Amino acid sequence: MTSAVIPARGLADRLTTLFWRHPKLLLLLLIIPPLVWLGVIYLGSLAALLLQSFFSIDDFSGLLVPTFTLKTYAELLSPANFAVIARTVLMATAVTIASTVLAFPIAYFAARYARGRWKAAFYLGIMLPLWSSYLVKVYAWKLILAKEGIVTWAATATHTDWLLNAALSLPYVGGNSLSTSFLGTFVVFCYVWLPYMILPMQASLERVPTSMLEASADLGATARQTFWTVTLPLALPGVIAGSIFTFSLTLGDYIIPQIIGTSAAFIGMSVYQLQGTAGNIPLAAAFAVVPILIMLAYLTLAKRAGAFDAL
Amino acid sequence: MTAAVEFRAVSRHFGSVKAVDGVDLTIAEGAFFAMLGPSGSGKTTCLRLISGFEQPSSGQIRIFGEDVSATPPHLRNVNTVFQDYALFPHMNVRDNVAYGLMVKGMARAARYAKADAMLALVKLDAYGSRKPGQLSGGQRQRVALARALVNEPRVLLLDEPLGALDLKLREAMQDELKSLQRRLGITFVFVTHDQGEALSMADSLAVFNEGRIAQIGTPAQVYAHPRTRFVADFVGSSNVLPPALTRSLGGPAKWSSLRPEALHPDPQGRLTGTVTSLRYLGAGNRVTLSAQGQDIAVLLPTGTEAPKPGQSLTLTFDPSALHVMDDA
Repeated sequence: MTSAVIPARGLADRLTTLFWRHPKLLLLLLIIPPLVWLGVIYLGSLAALLLQSFFSIDDFSGLLVPTFTLKTYAELLSPANFAVIARTVLMATAVTIASTVLAFPIAYFAARYARGRWKAAFYLGIMLPLWSSYLVKVYAWKLILAKEGIVTWAATATHTDWLLNAALSLPYVGGNSLSTSFLGTFVVFCYVWLPYMILPMQASLERVPTSMLEASADLGATARQTFWTVTLPLALPGVIAGSIFTFSLTLGDYIIPQIIGTSAAFIGMSVYQLQGTAGNIPLAAAFAVVPILIMLAYLTLAKRAGAFDAL
Repeated sequence: MTAAVEFRAVSRHFGSVKAVDGVDLTIAEGAFFAMLGPSGSGKTTCLRLISGFEQPSSGQIRIFGEDVSATPPHLRNVNTVFQDYALFPHMNVRDNVAYGLMVKGMARAARYAKADAMLALVKLDAYGSRKPGQLSGGQRQRVALARALVNEPRVLLLDEPLGALDLKLREAMQDELKSLQRRLGITFVFVTHDQGEALSMADSLAVFNEGRIAQIGTPAQVYAHPRTRFVADFVGSSNVLPPALTRSLGGPAKWSSLRPEALHPDPQGRLTGTVTSLRYLGAGNRVTLSAQGQDIAVLLPTGTEAPKPGQSLTLTFDPSALHVMDDA
């Protein structure tokens, strides 16, 4: 007759027993390192940043004055600084909308129709661009979009250069060539952030049961009605998650607008210049707070609009 | 009278798999029709062919005389109660029920009035503003039913609608569905793998096996006179007897079926075997014995003395209960 209890065979068994008797202990051990990382290091530096934004720079000496003031925030609203914020928010909005429209069909195909090999090809296709350096991609785009680049060449070869020229002659967004216009900045932003939109969208579309789409058709809805009343509302959490990525990544990026575009400043570029060459840490910090506030407002609006009801 | 649904040599093949293989079927208007079969027998595919979610590889489907080959699901005046109910989680119960009317462009007040009336019919008047996630399984089932019926379909399709409910609720819903169908006079086509459900609810039923219809008839016909071994075994789990055994029991040398409840212990009987196992069912004992190399099931009502495994048991039966099958 064997015993009903197997004797502990060593430290592993004793530890497992300990965790089995005190399940919260294991949870605590697992959660402490990330809590320290996120809570202390990340939130701590964020708090330091916030604090800095309430300090100011002495106009004559250029030295930091560590007394509480709203002067720096007032500076944000000066026409030049406000233009930077407006430009960045507009760009982030445009990139998010375009990414949503571009990503949806891809995500829909991947979620509903791709199986086996096709699914693997899909993931590879989406992830592959993420494997190469971001800088390499941006410089590659600079060449693609340049006046002597392949886009101009292809447009001329297919006699669609009138279309390209019409786009470039648009006020504000146009320019000398794609690589020196806001249009070019927009195109590259869309390319670089697209995977971050597709993946959460695909995940949420995959969770919409086929029977729900069939039920909609069964009840007489056209494909269009089904999309607007069933598919999109149910996929909305994924769309919002993706838009948080594209929106906040665009808000904070300082490399793409530097390499491609008119070299007009975006929030990220301003932060980079203010904390570096200009040495104006308080204004840099105040600029850095703007995306945080915008994202908070965006999430609040999305929640109020019921975007997370299907979660 | 035109048939509500008519299949003419309909096949649906998925690659080399013949999910539905040359099915001919006529469902009369106003019938409560059951499609019965094990999983993978083609019954659900047949239902999806009627709703339009599958298209036949060959053959023709008519709904009230109209060929629907070129008609997509949303243009068919047919509604479905899905197996998982497929209620829209982001809409409340009233909006779910009113959905079909909404997409057809009915004004809000009118469609809510109709939806509320339909919710009253399924006894859920007070639940209009709840979300489907806040309802029990049985309540969701009623909402799914109301959502389909509010469109006044010519045919209502039900895909294993009671499968997810517990036994008590299932029995209550069976009665309710039946009375609802009688009251509304709509043709119900009901898919199930539960033979008890099919027998108790349907006016007529089709037994499916491997993409084909094994038998069509009223429940009584199919139960009493199974046409094939498969039907005998699947509907009511009858004893299927090979030709030699049939002959030794006084029948012709053909396959036959003998219902477990038709056998009674009697020392003068002509069937003797050894008890191998015993299963207590509450209302009686289901005894399995081994006779001439064949397992024979017998239903002994409570009150008769239960034999023990290893014991010998002799049985008798009314000769008319031995049903000889034409097809093997």
